[in-house]
Amino acid sequence: MSRAQTPPMGDRERTMSRAMVEAIAWEMERNEEVFVMGEDVADYGGIFDSTQGLLEQFGHDRIMDVPISETAFIGAAVGAAQQGMRPIAELMFTDFFGVCMDQIYNQMAKNTYMSGGAFNVPMVLMTAVGGTYNDAAQHSQTLYGTFAHLPGMKVVVPSTAYDAKGLMHSAIRDDDPVVYMFHKRLMGIGWMPAPAGPKTGVPEEDYTIPFGEADVKRTGEDATVVTLGLHVHRALEAAETLAGDGIDTEVVDLRTLVPLDTETVLESVRKTGRLVVVDEDYRSFGVTGEIVARVAEEALGDLEAVQRVAVPDVPIPYSRPLEDEVIPGVEDIEAAVRATQ
Amino acid sequence: MYEQMVTARYYEERLQEEYLEGKQPAFDISAGPIPGELHLAAGHEASGIGVCAHLRDEDTVTAPHRPHHIAIAKGVDLNRMTAEIFGRETGLCRGKGGHMHLFDPDVNFACSGIIAQGCPPAVGAALASKKRNDDTVAVAFLGDGAISQGGFLESLNLAALQGLPVVFVVEDNDWAISMPKERVSSIENGAERAVGFGMPGVRVDYDDVLAVYDAAEAAVERARAGNGPTLLELQVHRRMGHFMGDAESYRTNEDIDWADKQDPIPKLAADMRDAGVSDERIDELAASARERVEAAIEWAKEQPLPDPETAYEDVFVTEEPRRPAVPTGGDD
Repeated sequence: MSRAQTPPMGDRERTMSRAMVEAIAWEMERNEEVFVMGEDVADYGGIFDSTQGLLEQFGHDRIMDVPISETAFIGAAVGAAQQGMRPIAELMFTDFFGVCMDQIYNQMAKNTYMSGGAFNVPMVLMTAVGGTYNDAAQHSQTLYGTFAHLPGMKVVVPSTAYDAKGLMHSAIRDDDPVVYMFHKRLMGIGWMPAPAGPKTGVPEEDYTIPFGEADVKRTGEDATVVTLGLHVHRALEAAETLAGDGIDTEVVDLRTLVPLDTETVLESVRKTGRLVVVDEDYRSFGVTGEIVARVAEEALGDLEAVQRVAVPDVPIPYSRPLEDEVIPGVEDIEAAVRATQ
Repeated sequence: MYEQMVTARYYEERLQEEYLEGKQPAFDISAGPIPGELHLAAGHEASGIGVCAHLRDEDTVTAPHRPHHIAIAKGVDLNRMTAEIFGRETGLCRGKGGHMHLFDPDVNFACSGIIAQGCPPAVGAALASKKRNDDTVAVAFLGDGAISQGGFLESLNLAALQGLPVVFVVEDNDWAISMPKERVSSIENGAERAVGFGMPGVRVDYDDVLAVYDAAEAAVERARAGNGPTLLELQVHRRMGHFMGDAESYRTNEDIDWADKQDPIPKLAADMRDAGVSDERIDELAASARERVEAAIEWAKEQPLPDPETAYEDVFVTEEPRRPAVPTGGDD
């Protein structure tokens, strides 16, 4: 697969939230049709800093705080997008999508198809995902698989500031609805310390990262770990430990689930022969099963071992030892890679 | 009611102290003995306590993400609730629910951390009451930020249409995180929304537990007598941030001071003195409340953390009835 040329990272470091905001601001400055709508996106700047500083620059007309009326405001984003505007709607937690799911999976995702292409829906729906801070079952899900499963929306999951900015530029310019899912633990907010990885160099200029191009975050010969979001960093940490024991692990960051870059995964598995898929979503009927199925379809002969690491089909519990048990940790990834050897 | 008011207030103050332990100097939400987010209800006491004073154990209450004062007023076991907030095995939900998701079947109390989503289940409890022809009622508590939510508005309609014994209680603390009420609703008096659904709407527009008590009495009696639902909107005040760690940069100091001045607890103490209750008696009630809170926190902190293996239990009903799973606190 040919790779798009993206600019070098440079040494201007940004947190993931700052990088996302830079892309939104750039697009808003140059296109009057781009606006942001959501709960606490203006005066608060986004609970997870996803819109921090935009109110000061653009005012309440273009950075709109809305009442807690998810069906109304997400549906309104769909309507505005169908009129050719480019709304960015934020719903704080992916767990809250249930209250307005019809607007997401019956309207936003299907109107292009049902209208035979007469209408399209160029909007971005962004939301925070993930656990690791003991907030229990209604505030900790990732639900990657849910949105990737339902056709008609592109699904983006950045793991670094560099990727977050490039993917946000692509998302806003995309003519289809894009669900942009950022992990709280990666944002670089003061009250939820991030691991070292997501804060990266970020070019000052605008650049796009095309959807459907996975990124090999670490090359290796002995095993392939396919993952996304926070777990890219957990996999990289596991890979360091494994390297000490002579196991050379390749880490593939999917970056987008729809479209999905099967080719990069296959290339890696053909090289290593061993596949571990790591996901913070539920194990059954999700990302891990999908990746394993695609590899089995296309590269069964190259496959020597497969392991899946995911949330074991239980809601995310509150108490710390319980949450630690069900959300995949670095040790779980290490063990899974060892099990393939 | 005074004892419950101060119990709820001390409880919030002590939870705040415990919550901040281990999270300082730089606030880290995932550190310390109390995990997760914590939404405190200091300033909301008059609502939960004035309303629940009319309820029995068999009556249902659903609470939102700021539930402690309502739980205390409904008679939820304080020890096991505290153990739950500390994530302990002997907590109300065996460490799986946490502070936004407290469930106590003994007093028919449940929570939801999703805005307004406790309303439909309250309607369901009221429906069960009507079908079984008993005289229980259901009360759904929600915040003023929730009055624009579909789940709430649909619940009003269904309850009115079916004439169900349910009371919707909007706790108006003027804020939905960073959004002041005037920016989420084009009407000032949220109780007026009841008119559009064909049910009474009553607003108590000052923070006073005795006024709440009277308004709730009429609503609960109306429901219990089979005369249908009522919407109550009660003015309360948010004395703290939306959640612990919220710096409230969107809020003026004047507004915070104003909320502080509306404190319903000294107001009730003054009313009690006017009614002839002695200072000694008032102090005694406060002291016993403090003792009860301290005992609950002490008990909770001594409880074991759950075995990680229990994370896999309770996805579906288990064959062995588990409740009471463990020695209960024996608080109430």
